[in-house]
Amino acid sequence: MSLLEVENLSVTFTTPDGHVRAVQDVSFSLGEQKTLAIVGESGSGKSQTAFSIMGLLAPNGQTSGSIKFDGTEILGMPEKELNAYRAAQIAMIFQDPMTSLNPYLRVSKQMAEVLMRHNGMSKTDAINDSIKMLDAVKIPDPARRVHMYPHEFSGGMRQRVMIAMALLCHPRLVIADEPTTALDVTVQAQIMDLLSDLQSDFGMSIVLITHDLGVVKGSCEETLVLYGGRVMETGPTDQMFAEPAHPYTRGLLKAVPRLGSTGAELATIPGNPPNMLRPPKGCAFSPRCGFANEQCKSAKPALEVFDAQRSRACHLTREQIA
Amino acid sequence: MTAFIIKRLLSAIPTLLILIIFSFLLMHSAPGGPFSSDRPLPPEVLANIEAKYHLDDPLPLQIWNYVVGVVTQFDFGPSFQYKDRTVNEIIGQGFPVTLTYGTISFVVAVVFGCALGMMAALKQNTWLDYLAVGISIGAQVLPNFVMAPILVLIFTLWLGWLPGGGWNGGAWPYLIMPVIALSTSFMASIARIMRSSLLEVMHSNFIRTARAKGLSSRDILFQHALKPAMLPVISYLGPTFVIMITGSVVIDLYFTTGGIGQAFVNSALNRDYSVMMGITILVGCLTIFFNLIVDILYAWIDPKIKL
Repeated sequence: MSLLEVENLSVTFTTPDGHVRAVQDVSFSLGEQKTLAIVGESGSGKSQTAFSIMGLLAPNGQTSGSIKFDGTEILGMPEKELNAYRAAQIAMIFQDPMTSLNPYLRVSKQMAEVLMRHNGMSKTDAINDSIKMLDAVKIPDPARRVHMYPHEFSGGMRQRVMIAMALLCHPRLVIADEPTTALDVTVQAQIMDLLSDLQSDFGMSIVLITHDLGVVKGSCEETLVLYGGRVMETGPTDQMFAEPAHPYTRGLLKAVPRLGSTGAELATIPGNPPNMLRPPKGCAFSPRCGFANEQCKSAKPALEVFDAQRSRACHLTREQIA
Repeated sequence: MTAFIIKRLLSAIPTLLILIIFSFLLMHSAPGGPFSSDRPLPPEVLANIEAKYHLDDPLPLQIWNYVVGVVTQFDFGPSFQYKDRTVNEIIGQGFPVTLTYGTISFVVAVVFGCALGMMAALKQNTWLDYLAVGISIGAQVLPNFVMAPILVLIFTLWLGWLPGGGWNGGAWPYLIMPVIALSTSFMASIARIMRSSLLEVMHSNFIRTARAKGLSSRDILFQHALKPAMLPVISYLGPTFVIMITGSVVIDLYFTTGGIGQAFVNSALNRDYSVMMGITILVGCLTIFFNLIVDILYAWIDPKIKL
C-alpha cells in the first residue's frame, strides 16, 4: 500500500466572479521514502493540491475525491482530528521563508511548540531537540541562534529553520511547496542538497512542488505535470525527461536553459495560462499547443496509461507530436 | 531602553514650551478678555484689574513669567473667574473625577471592544460577525449627547434605578451611566480596529504555518495572532486614554459629575486664561506620556523595533 494515495481530487473555489476549478481529477500515489515532483506553471493547481493534503485550503474552497494517508481518508477530516496528522505525520515547507515564520516569536518558541504539542515534551527537552534539529540542517551555532527572532536570519537560513521545524516530529511525508523559489540561485542548490540528505537520514517521502525542471531531474523518481488544474503527463522522471509524451512537457523541457548552448535563443511556450474562470472547452493546453486539432479544442482528453508506468492526457498519438 | 525614555522625556520639554506659546498666543488673539462683559467696567477699574493680574504686561513677558511660575513653584496662577480659587485647586478637584470615570470607561471599552472585535474576526461572515459589526456601528453612530439623555430617561425617570446625576465621591450608582455614555463609541472603534487587524493577521502566511503545525485554534489565536493584531489597537489606545481621562463636557454636563471637561469649556467661554492654560498643559503632558507608553509597548511586542 502506498503512503499517500490521491484519487480524483478536485478543488473548486467559489468567488464573486464565479467558480474557479483550480484542480480537476488529479490522481497520484507515493510510496514510502519516495519523491514525487508536481510540476506546473503559476495557476496550474499545484499548490492547491498540496494545501488539500494539509487541509489548508482557503475557506471558499470545496474539495471532492479522496486523499488517503497510510490508508486513512484525510480529505474532509475535521480540523481537530487532522491536527494530529499535521507536523506529526505530514509536514509542509512553504514557499516564502520571509513571511512563513512568525516575526513576533523567537525560533525556540516556534519550534518547541511543535514538539510540546505532538510529543508531549517539556519545554526544556523540546528546545534541546530543536537545537539538534537546527544542527542537522547545518545552522551554525544553533544553541545560540535558536533564541533569535526570524528577522535575524538570512533568507536561506530561514528556509533551513522552516525545514528543521517541519522535520521535528520525524514526519513520514514532507510536502515542499516551491522551497527554493524565494531564494538566491546559489542558496537554492544548497537547500535542495540538504533536503535530499535529510531524506536519506530520516527516511521520509517528499512531494516536491516546483516549476524548476532542473531541480526535478536530480532528485525525484516520479513526476506529475499539471496544467490548468489537470494532469497532463505522469511517470518516472528519467523516462519522461528522455522522451516526453505530451506537447506541454515537451515545451517545458525545451524551455530549460542549458549550460554551453551559446547563441541560441531560449525556447518559450507562446501564449498565457488559461483563465480558470473560463477554462477552454477542450484540452486546457490546446490554445497554446502547436499540434492542436479540432478534437483537441472540443473534447477533453482522458488520462491514459502507456508503457505500464506512464500515463498521458492527449488526443494525439505519440508519433504525431514527435 | 532607559536612554530612549530619558531622550523622549527631554524632548518633551521643547514640545511643551511650543504648546504653551501657541496656546498663549491663540488665547490672546481671540477678541475680548476675562474681564470684558456686557456691562463694560469703567476703563480705570479695568486697567486696575488687568494690572493686578499682569494682563497689561507685554505678551512675551507674560509667557516668561507664567513658565517661570510653573517650573519653579508649580504655580499655574489664580483663576480669573473665581477670585478665591487657584488653577491647581480647580484641576485638583475636577481631575480625580474625570480620571475615575475615564479610567473605568477605558477599561470597559478595551475589554468589550477587543472581545467584540475578536469574535467578529474569528467568526467572519457568520451571524456573530454581523451582530458584532451591527453593535459597533450602532454604538458609533449614537453620539454621547444623545445617549446620555436616553440613559437618564430610561434608568432614572422610567425605572428609577439610578440617580440622574451628581458624583457622590464616585459611588458606583453614580458611575454607571457616565461610564456607559463615555465608553460606547470608543468601544465601537476598538472593536472595528481589532476586527480588521485580526482578520489581516489571520490571513497571513505565518498563521498558515501555525495551522500546518497542528496547533489548536486557541493556541493559534493567543500565541501567534494576538500580538501582531494588537499593534494597531494599541496605537489607537494611547491618545484615546488621554481623551477619556481628561473628560468630556457632555458627560460632565448631563450627569453633573463636576469633572474638568466642563471646567475646560467654561474656561474657554469665560476667557479664564489660566484655567485654560493649566488644562491644556495637563492634556499635553498626558498625551506625551501615553505616546511614550505606546512606543514602549510597540517595542515590547515587535522584536524588530529597537529602542
